[in-house]
Amino acid sequence: MPDSVMTLDKLPVGKNARIVAVDWAALVEEEALRLRALGVDVGSKLSVSHRGVFGGADPLALRVGRMTVALRRAHARAMQVAVLENGL
Amino acid sequence: MSRWHKAALVGNPNAGKSALFNALTGARQKIANYPGVTVEKRAGRMILPNGAPIELTDLPGSYGLQATSPDEEVTRKVILGELAGEPAPDVLVIVLDASNLEQHLVFAQEVIALGKPTVVALNMIDLAERDGLVLDPKALSNALGVPVIPTVAVRRRGLAELGEAIAQAEGHAGDAPHPRARLDMAERRMEAHSIADGVIISESAKHRLHSRMDDFLLHPWLGPVFLLALLFVVFQAVFAWAAPLQDGLEGFVGLISDGVKAEMATGLLRDFITDGVLAGVGAVVVFLPQIIILFFFILVLEATGYMARAAFLMDRMMAGVGLSGRSFIPLLSSFACAVPGIMATRSITDPKDRLTTILIAPLMTCSARLPVYAVIIAAFIPNRPVGLVGLQGLVLFGLYVFGIVGAMVVALILRRSVTKGAASGFIMEMPKYQLPRLRDLGLGLFQRGWIFLRRAGTIILQVNIVLWLLLNFPQAQKGQDQVDASFAGHIANGLAVALKPIGFNRDIALALIPSMMAREVAVSSLATTYAVAAGDDDTTAHQLSDQLQKHWSLPTALAFLAWFVFAPQCISTIAVTRRETNGWKWPAFMLAYLFALAYVFAGITYWSAIALGF
Repeated sequence: MPDSVMTLDKLPVGKNARIVAVDWAALVEEEALRLRALGVDVGSKLSVSHRGVFGGADPLALRVGRMTVALRRAHARAMQVAVLENGL
Repeated sequence: MSRWHKAALVGNPNAGKSALFNALTGARQKIANYPGVTVEKRAGRMILPNGAPIELTDLPGSYGLQATSPDEEVTRKVILGELAGEPAPDVLVIVLDASNLEQHLVFAQEVIALGKPTVVALNMIDLAERDGLVLDPKALSNALGVPVIPTVAVRRRGLAELGEAIAQAEGHAGDAPHPRARLDMAERRMEAHSIADGVIISESAKHRLHSRMDDFLLHPWLGPVFLLALLFVVFQAVFAWAAPLQDGLEGFVGLISDGVKAEMATGLLRDFITDGVLAGVGAVVVFLPQIIILFFFILVLEATGYMARAAFLMDRMMAGVGLSGRSFIPLLSSFACAVPGIMATRSITDPKDRLTTILIAPLMTCSARLPVYAVIIAAFIPNRPVGLVGLQGLVLFGLYVFGIVGAMVVALILRRSVTKGAASGFIMEMPKYQLPRLRDLGLGLFQRGWIFLRRAGTIILQVNIVLWLLLNFPQAQKGQDQVDASFAGHIANGLAVALKPIGFNRDIALALIPSMMAREVAVSSLATTYAVAAGDDDTTAHQLSDQLQKHWSLPTALAFLAWFVFAPQCISTIAVTRRETNGWKWPAFMLAYLFALAYVFAGITYWSAIALGF
């Protein structure tokens, strides 16, 4: 389903998704390392739980496993996610 | 046991390491820096169940041995024994958050793979149970190949068992390196998932409390409203709650002073003790209640996990001036004191971001300014209500806002000039909400209060003694004013010429000299100056208000407040900036730009106040 793949910053709040590709080159090296250390990596299942206040969408709070991880829209834009329709 | 053995707590941030450390060592703690770097070293003495003492270190939280921050670098070096003057720990105690195993096991595997004697503390197991998780510690122990002890640091559960396991692990070094040593991060992550799956016996889908709290606290507009209201309550409390305690302390210092006067013969030594020592230290120590109250709120915000939410809420705004939400925590800490605030910038990964935060940290109104603000506000701002709040509290709030706005503008300019660089990022874990532990709060408050008192008792006391000597020698001839005759009077005369255009009199010039040491010294040196000038034995610190009203105009008082919003009058801040930036370039820059701003804004305030007819 190509239409269910989008960049993470476009993922609606509450929808489950899986990261299918990350453009690591678009991120600073330490940030890439930290994201992976926090479990934000290709194959991770996640959902967007909250979005920032001013300007609407920045930063984002993700649910990854049992953790909540905050990141910026700029990071989210580097990630392709596939929406999981039935929460799998 | 022949030698002093060492164990270290390692683990991800938010694994409850510090609470476990406090529970294991009690108040037997020492806080210092690692040699050569500025990462805080927390070490303490722990007594094993067999009676043997060991040294326990609480290593900075880390996500992996591949360091992405100075804190993680220290953890890696200490574990590997690569830090000079810091022998490698004999036993590693990995602290895991029981309800976040699949994440925390990634780093745990990396540490276990080193093949050192290792014990795992399966911490916060009660919170996991609250979340509906049932775990099998035996299965975890089998999967990892090391002992696993379930612990609840707060309730002191599992502490004896953990001590026993540490004692037994010692000397069990040299087991064959673990087969997982060569896994990369992705493989370790998959392994962590499969280990966690094997350990979790059952998991009921209980609705988690903290996601509902986030729905409110991170709400697009309720969240910021709550944050602002919270900050306002904090600052009102600092001003209002402290008052009765301060009155008590003032009375106590006054009693001692009276006692000295009753017991001792009139003379220079008696004046020295009452006017030099007691008036000086007393005027500073009375502000301990305010500092304790402010630190109480900061510690509670940290312990509950709200601080990270505040960072999330503030990130967009901080991004607006080229910083990130990560800077919010160091900057908020700087409201208590810029020194720990600047030290807390170590968690900021981007160097430009970090430097900017260090440079603006002194603009956050620290607790050392409170004595200065409080005295001036009490003397010159009428205590009448404005709506629901008092005018005095409102002026204090305004001074805080002035500092914040100044800091934001400076950050914006710095990020476009001297600290130009790529836009910084914001990636952070949001810890679970927790009830603060009274014991840890008490310990934290005690440590901060003690640091302040030690400062009051040493630096400030020394400065006051020197000042008293400068003020009393050479002794005045008959009919001559003592201050005019003294050394300090001559220095201040020179300074006063430069400060006259911004409305500062010579008494202020005199107070500014010693308060380079620390801002709060300004209060005690003003008290000392007026006590000496009045030549009146009964004039002690708590009558400073009357003296100020007699000698200062309102525009001068307002200009003095504006000066202290900016002026970098704190030798400790300068010293810590030098240490954190590895050189004199940035502290010199900080001094120059802050004094320039202080001069300009004090001048603007003075002349505006005169123009408005105050």
